[in-house]
Amino acid sequence: MDFITWAISPWGRTVPIHIAWYLIWVAVIGGLLFMIVHALYVGIFAAPKKFTKNDSPAVLAAVPERVPRHSLVARAFHWLMAISMFALLITAFLPKVGVKFDWVTYHWIAGLVLTASIIFHIIHASFFLDFWSIWPDKIDLRDAKRRLLRSIGKEAPPPDRFAKYPLENKFYHAVILLSGLAVIVTGVFMMKRVNTAGIFTRNPYLFGDMTWGMMYVLHGLAGVGLIALIMVHVYFGIRPEKLPITKSMIFGYMSRDFYLEEHDPKRWAVEESSPPQKGYAPSDAD
Amino acid sequence: MAVIRDVMPAFDLLQPSSAADAQKLLQQHGEEAWVMAGGLDSFDWLKDRIKKPKVLVDLSGIDELKGIRTTGVGVEIGAMTTLTEIANHPVIKSQYGLLSQAVELVASPQIRNQGTLGGNVSQDARCWYYRGGWPCYRAGGNICYADTPVGRNREHAIFGANRCVAVHPSDAAPALIALDAKFVIQTPKGERTVDAEDYFLGPEIDITRLNILQSGDLLTAIRIPSTFSGAKFYFEKVRDRNVWDFALMNVASAMVVSGGNIDRIRIVVSAVAPKPMRLKAVEDAVRGKAADATTGTMAGNLAVQGAVPLQFNAYKIPLMRNLVKRAIGGVQEATWTS
Repeated sequence: MDFITWAISPWGRTVPIHIAWYLIWVAVIGGLLFMIVHALYVGIFAAPKKFTKNDSPAVLAAVPERVPRHSLVARAFHWLMAISMFALLITAFLPKVGVKFDWVTYHWIAGLVLTASIIFHIIHASFFLDFWSIWPDKIDLRDAKRRLLRSIGKEAPPPDRFAKYPLENKFYHAVILLSGLAVIVTGVFMMKRVNTAGIFTRNPYLFGDMTWGMMYVLHGLAGVGLIALIMVHVYFGIRPEKLPITKSMIFGYMSRDFYLEEHDPKRWAVEESSPPQKGYAPSDAD
Repeated sequence: MAVIRDVMPAFDLLQPSSAADAQKLLQQHGEEAWVMAGGLDSFDWLKDRIKKPKVLVDLSGIDELKGIRTTGVGVEIGAMTTLTEIANHPVIKSQYGLLSQAVELVASPQIRNQGTLGGNVSQDARCWYYRGGWPCYRAGGNICYADTPVGRNREHAIFGANRCVAVHPSDAAPALIALDAKFVIQTPKGERTVDAEDYFLGPEIDITRLNILQSGDLLTAIRIPSTFSGAKFYFEKVRDRNVWDFALMNVASAMVVSGGNIDRIRIVVSAVAPKPMRLKAVEDAVRGKAADATTGTMAGNLAVQGAVPLQFNAYKIPLMRNLVKRAIGGVQEATWTS
């Protein structure tokens, strides 16, 4: 079973033209399986979380009742990106599974919105937020090892609480960053192939058949990957233990209790008097 | 592309004797089945070995799909009725002459003897890049070879292009839309009747098909209501070779005139877009006006609004303007302009 659909070009070369569409269902089933396995693991097998806590009274006294986590700008970006991502997935894949409608225009418009929002996010995160807070650090890796050992019954010290983002969140951000950039870069080039009301001048000769084919395949692979990733993202967003994080993406803050339970003030210091934007991380949108 | 010509790939030939059996076979074999009416489109694909169905359902033995029946509200034409029979049928000629004019201009007498109305309206696009087996959008690929800076697109669309720029090739289709015909389709869920103009699909909805037929569906009949029976009709087909060719463009209009003014009208232009294009804005604009050259000129100018020519088909804009003008004002009253 080939995961790429091939064709013979007018010059007799075998070239890829797009992914095999059954991969849509592979992604959907993969996403569902992940959710089921994760839900069973958390519900039946996983031990309760246990962290090292040694907050000083001074630190505790400095933590406000409402801990600001996502600025209004970051939240607006997140939801704009979410809308455009859903629009992209719906317009891309529903026609492939039999729901026929005029999808191309909506698809590239949503793609432009996503591209603009991602460019904004990159600039915002690089120059106005704490860029490194979304990338795994040594403590994350050390604690991941500790958590793994403890989960299989081995002796290991309790891990520290998380910084602003748990390690899983950081990994997810990295994967969606790669797949998102892949669809955006290939999608922008693909707009040279369709009529975009004058925004892009059509030039089907920009690349050769093989390069175009690989671009369509990469776009498709990243696209179906995003189906599974978005399914998993929504799943975590509605899991009970993650709801405080989800609410913080709506209201901008999380409770003091949740903050002290899950997050280490030494790794993610929050000052009540600090302006909301300061110290915010590039994955505020995640 | 290396193609072994004239040797068809192997397939199972199924020859049902009833429409119900044919529909069941199509449903049973789904995407693997190919429906053959007169065979004039099918044999091109099969002999070029571009389409390789596992099963071919030949409708030629189904008598119930043949013939023209007059009803209290119009006529019903079986999908397997030949174009020659339609062109010569007295009721069609006297009451629905638009259709007889249209089918009489299809290809050659031999082809009209074999070709059917259902096959004519359901035939595939005639873009040579697509027919040549190139992996274009319509063939499931990711490019339109005709819509490139050096693509040969003289015959292609000036309206409604959406990645694919092929036009609908049927001559009968615009006449049927102008006559407000209904297409009767047997589907796995039962009989379905659709307006003629809704039978055709543009590439924005489905780039690989020209009509709404899904696998398992069978077009069984076309019903023409008496709405425009005996009306003033106009059909004109422009083609490179008058003896035998697909249309560069054709126009079909059905008009009811009272007191010199247009009371009711339906006007359709084909081979300008991926599906036959009914000119509703023109219909609205000319209703109540005199059926003369002045109205025709206004209609022609309105009809071409929004046309987007390709590299080699800008000539279609004045052609369409003049065809619409003639369809309303009449040939004698119109003067040719470019």
